[in-house]
Amino acid sequence: MSARMPLRETLEVLRAERRSGDVVITSMGSAREWMAIGPLDPLDFVFVPSSMGEAVPLGLGMALAQPTRRVIACSGDGSLLMNLGSLVTIASEAPENLVVLIFANGVYEVTGAQPIPGRDVDFATMARASGIGSVFRFSDIAAWTVGARTALGERGPLCIVLDVAPVPDAVGPRSPGPTLARAAAFAAALQQR
Amino acid sequence: MTEPSAADMGRAIADLFAAMGITHVISVPDSTIGPWHAALDAHPSLRLVRVCREGEAWAVAGGLHLGGARPLVLIQCTGLFESGDSLRNIVHDWKLPIFSVIGYRSYLNQSTLPGDTCLVFTEPVLSAWQIDWKLVTDTADYGEIRTHYERCRAAGIAGGIVVAEGRA
Repeated sequence: MSARMPLRETLEVLRAERRSGDVVITSMGSAREWMAIGPLDPLDFVFVPSSMGEAVPLGLGMALAQPTRRVIACSGDGSLLMNLGSLVTIASEAPENLVVLIFANGVYEVTGAQPIPGRDVDFATMARASGIGSVFRFSDIAAWTVGARTALGERGPLCIVLDVAPVPDAVGPRSPGPTLARAAAFAAALQQR
Repeated sequence: MTEPSAADMGRAIADLFAAMGITHVISVPDSTIGPWHAALDAHPSLRLVRVCREGEAWAVAGGLHLGGARPLVLIQCTGLFESGDSLRNIVHDWKLPIFSVIGYRSYLNQSTLPGDTCLVFTEPVLSAWQIDWKLVTDTADYGEIRTHYERCRAAGIAGGIVVAEGRA
């Protein structure tokens, strides 16, 4: 992997390009940075606590239940490796409203940046080989800033790989509140907006 | 009394799930559940979501539930063993009342897998995960699936029906 973008800046681009009514699911490092950038939207689902690798299938379920709403599911590369088959499931179900964002930093960041198995795993090729037709990869923040709207606007299922730099000395995200109340508020927001 | 054919059982199960108000069935097949898939897939009120591993199923079901759908997880007990952390997160961390139907491998017949350890671990694992589960050993009693589902739904808790299976 030649170039890597700052994780927070890639998420700031996503915030800028998010449409009203979009669901954004974050987990692990993306959840930590998403909460640090600014206040949460009622349609943010901060998947903390999570089960590693389950943000993408959670997003698939939401996309199937809410077919007129764009659902953006953020996953780290280490997390996705725990559930690579989910790419095949997504291709099989083919929800046009699902976007999978893979933040590829090459490490298990929140446990001390140990390297994930494999070197330079090509997640974009994996997504294509799984049957996902629309796949993009960005390694440069200027290109992501310019290209995000076009990429996110493609018909899904859509996979975007973002090559990001590990955040030094990063820790896991802190839960923003009781899960039962957050789940209820989120479900209510989905029905209202 | 003869057992219904797998196709007839599949249609009966699909009709039962639809009558329960289920919208999506998330499943990995086994030799008992698998023959039901065609009927589940064909039913106009249901969507069968075939996942690659059972751990996916709980998260897909969680997303469906949050999105306002009524999912049901249909897997074998071996898949229950595989999917523990995802179940823990969805059912216990997030307290989402996901209902499941779980095949109990070798319960009725151990001819192909004598000493199948599914018989050792299935019930303790279900209890360890604090699932409110009921065992159904006769297809004539499959109506209990709906009864238990409605009981769990009214209570807002996760629940499961364990269906006894024959040879693996």
